[in-house]
Order: sequence, then structure tokens, then C-alpha cells
Amino acid sequence: MAADTPTGLLTTPVFRNNPITLQILGICSALAVTNSMQTSLVMGLAVIAVTAFSSFFVSLIRQHIPSSIRIIVQMTIIASLVIVVDQLLRAYAYDLSKQLSVFVGLIITNCIVMGRAEAYAMQNGPGLSFLDGVGNGLGYSLILLVVGFVRELFGSGSIFGYTVFASIKDGGWYMTNGLMLLPPSAFFVIGLLIWAMRSISPEQVEKAEYKITANTKAQEAV
Amino acid sequence: MANNNSVKKTLIVALSLCVVCSVVVSSAAVMLRPIQHQNQELDRKTNILQVAGLLESGGDVQQQFSQITPKVVNLDTGEYEENIDPATYSQTAAAADPAQSRSLGGNDIAGIGRRENYAVVYLVGDEQNPDEIILPVRGQGLWSLMLGYLALEGDGNTVLGLSFYDQGETPGLGGEVDNPSWKALWKGKKIYPQDSTEPTIRLVKGGVDSGTPDAEHKVDALSGATLTSRGVTNLLQFWMGEQGFAQYLSRFRDTTGGA
Repeated sequence: MAADTPTGLLTTPVFRNNPITLQILGICSALAVTNSMQTSLVMGLAVIAVTAFSSFFVSLIRQHIPSSIRIIVQMTIIASLVIVVDQLLRAYAYDLSKQLSVFVGLIITNCIVMGRAEAYAMQNGPGLSFLDGVGNGLGYSLILLVVGFVRELFGSGSIFGYTVFASIKDGGWYMTNGLMLLPPSAFFVIGLLIWAMRSISPEQVEKAEYKITANTKAQEAV
Repeated sequence: MANNNSVKKTLIVALSLCVVCSVVVSSAAVMLRPIQHQNQELDRKTNILQVAGLLESGGDVQQQFSQITPKVVNLDTGEYEENIDPATYSQTAAAADPAQSRSLGGNDIAGIGRRENYAVVYLVGDEQNPDEIILPVRGQGLWSLMLGYLALEGDGNTVLGLSFYDQGETPGLGGEVDNPSWKALWKGKKIYPQDSTEPTIRLVKGGVDSGTPDAEHKVDALSGATLTSRGVTNLLQFWMGEQGFAQYLSRFRDTTGGA
């Protein structure tokens, strides 16, 4: 990859090689926490911190990690960082940590974090790995914020808690879309995003693994 | 790199990593615990103030909380228990301890499993003749155990407010138990009918207006959240009933000459 310059590492994962829309990783938490902009933002920051530092520490000791236990070593580092982030949120952003509930803890299982540790940090120096982690975290956060924007705007009629469309419930005109508040709506939003991104840069479209041939045994429908 | 895979090296790396990580994790947990406890306490107190309608935004919560008197109540007799300090007594811990609670078996409409013998109530104003009585309530909703406070007027019957400080219901549907305009519907409702200790307060579908029969015992249910609404009805029926605060409140209603 020609992305090994510091700026390349930071920007490539945001659009050209986005972990959510191109690699389709980290979907679970992208569905769960994006019903408001605020939770999306905090979750994005938490993932940036965890990905960056876990890549950094994995890279730091990469020469000493026995290959037989490397996944466990990576998981241990990631899990420790996630617990620290969770504890910090509980101490300094109590209300938000209540809203994010289990999803901060579930960063451990976010494939982006481990994917970067295994694919990049195991082969590259700590500085570059740190930037790679930040870049991928940014790519994840961007999608979270876009999805959060759409869901909060149409689901609650507000952005970051500030009313944009006054909802009928509060005496306004906007009938809030309840579906947008439920996790499945993020599937639609992310699907549309992937479509948009791949229309803009068609090289992101994967090659078909098989070709559908014409039906050779035509018969009347029964 | 070659000797990285020897048994000795593998064990050394694994061990030292575990030691370093456990030191980091436990020191983070220990150092931040006081702040976290403070946050939880503050959150709980904010909720009590809020449900009592005493919360002034921007004010000091601790100071505002000083006008509230906590008291420990024996749920079976309805008497105050002076030997337990309300500041250190934890209802959640007591509910999990077989020595301080009892299993509810078939009578468990709120879905809480065990009920503690003592509960902490909060009084505003004169202890004998309070302006407000704030009671802790909890029960199973659709997904989660909902924990909250119910504030009653001094007559031990008229509702001032109901608020949940911890719940994990579906955001936008059952999660609307936190919606201020829904919570406002509770004010002025009555828990018990005249001269009875059987709670009749409940949530009903289809809205409640002044023309609805028994309107003072009914609150509009949450739309799209039948099971959460049922949970709220059940937990109120439980905590206001014989196994909850009925004993305690009936004393109040006698001494203060309420309904």
C-alpha cells in the first residue's frame, strides 16, 4: 500500500478504505449506539483511543510476541485498554456511560481493533501503528456520526439534543419516525451509505465471485 | 525471532503481559472508584430531588438534598427502624442477602425475585406530618429491571411524580418512561381508592381524560410499549400493595387524616 505516509495512514481509512463501508467490520456497535449523535461521538472517540493505543502497544512488543499466542496477547492488550476507557467514562462522563451501557465493553469484540493489530501493527513500527489506529478509528467515527445524524434527525427531530424539527409530541409538526430509533434502521442507513460510496468510487465494488447464467430449463410457472 | 516460539519465551511473555495488564486495569479501577461512587450517589440524589419536584437546575445537589430526611422502614410492620443507618444501608445488597430478605415465590408480580425486609424512604418537611414521601420502587420491564422513585403527597395517596433512574427499555418506545411529558401525567393521580389499601393505580391503553371512569387511578400507557407499561403497572401494584409500602402508608393516611 502506498498509504504508509503519516497523512496517508490517517486519511485512507476515512474514505478510500473505510473499515465499516468497505471492510464491513464493526457493524454490531454501529447499529447499537447510533440512535443519537452524542452517543455516536463518544463511542467514536472511545474506539479511536482503543484502536490507536492497542496498535501502539502491540507494535511496541511485536518482536517478542510468540506467534502461537499472538491473538491472545492482542486480545489481552485490547481488553485492558477497553476496561480503562470504560472506567474513565464512568468516572468523568457518567450520564453518557449509562447510555452507552454495555457497548463500551463490547469494543473488545469490535473487529476493527483486532484487525488493525493483526494486519498492521504486527508488521510496522509503533508510531505508524498509532496513526493507523487513529485513522481507522476516524473512519469508524465518521460513519457513526453520519448514521447518528440521520437517525437522530428523523427519529427524534433533533441534532445533539437540540430540536431541529419540532415533534408533534412537543406540540410541533414533525411526526417522529419510530423505526429510526430501533437498531435495524442503521442497516438501511449503512446500506445506502455503502451504495453512495461505491457509486462515487467504483473501484470499491468487489468483483463478483460467480456469474448468474441464464435459466436453461425454462418452464411454465405452476 | 527464532527463539520467540520456545516454551520458555512463550511463558515469560504471557506472564509478564498478564502482570502488566492486571496492574493497569486494577489501578484504573481502584483510583477511579471514589469518583464513580460519587457519580452514582449524585445521580440517585438528583433523581430523588427531581421526582420530588425540588430540583433546581444549576444548584448544588448535595445542599438541596439536605432538606430531605431518609428513614428506614420495616416493610412488614410499616414501623420505622431506628437501629439501621439509612446512609449506609443498601437495599440492593439486602435484597440479595437471604438473611435480610425473603423469596417471593408465586407472589412476585414485579418480577424482582426477593424482597428485602427494610426499605429506605425519604421525607420532605416534618417527619410526623411530611409534605412529601418518596418511595423506592423497582420491577421488571420488557428487557430490564427498572429502578425508580415514586413521590407521594403527605396523604400517602396522591402521586407527585414517578421517575426511573435506571432502566434499559427500548429507546423511543419503552424508554419513553423517561419522557418528561409522560411523567407529567402522573401528577395528581391516586394510588388507592377511598378507605382501601388495595392499590388500583394502573396504566391503560387509549388515553385517559377527565371523562374516563376512575380517571384518577389511571395513567395513559406508553404507545408501542405494552410490556414496559405492564411492568410499570405491576411494579406499582407490588410496591404499593401488602408486600410493599401499604402498611407503612396506611399509618400515614390514618395519622394525617388523608383519604
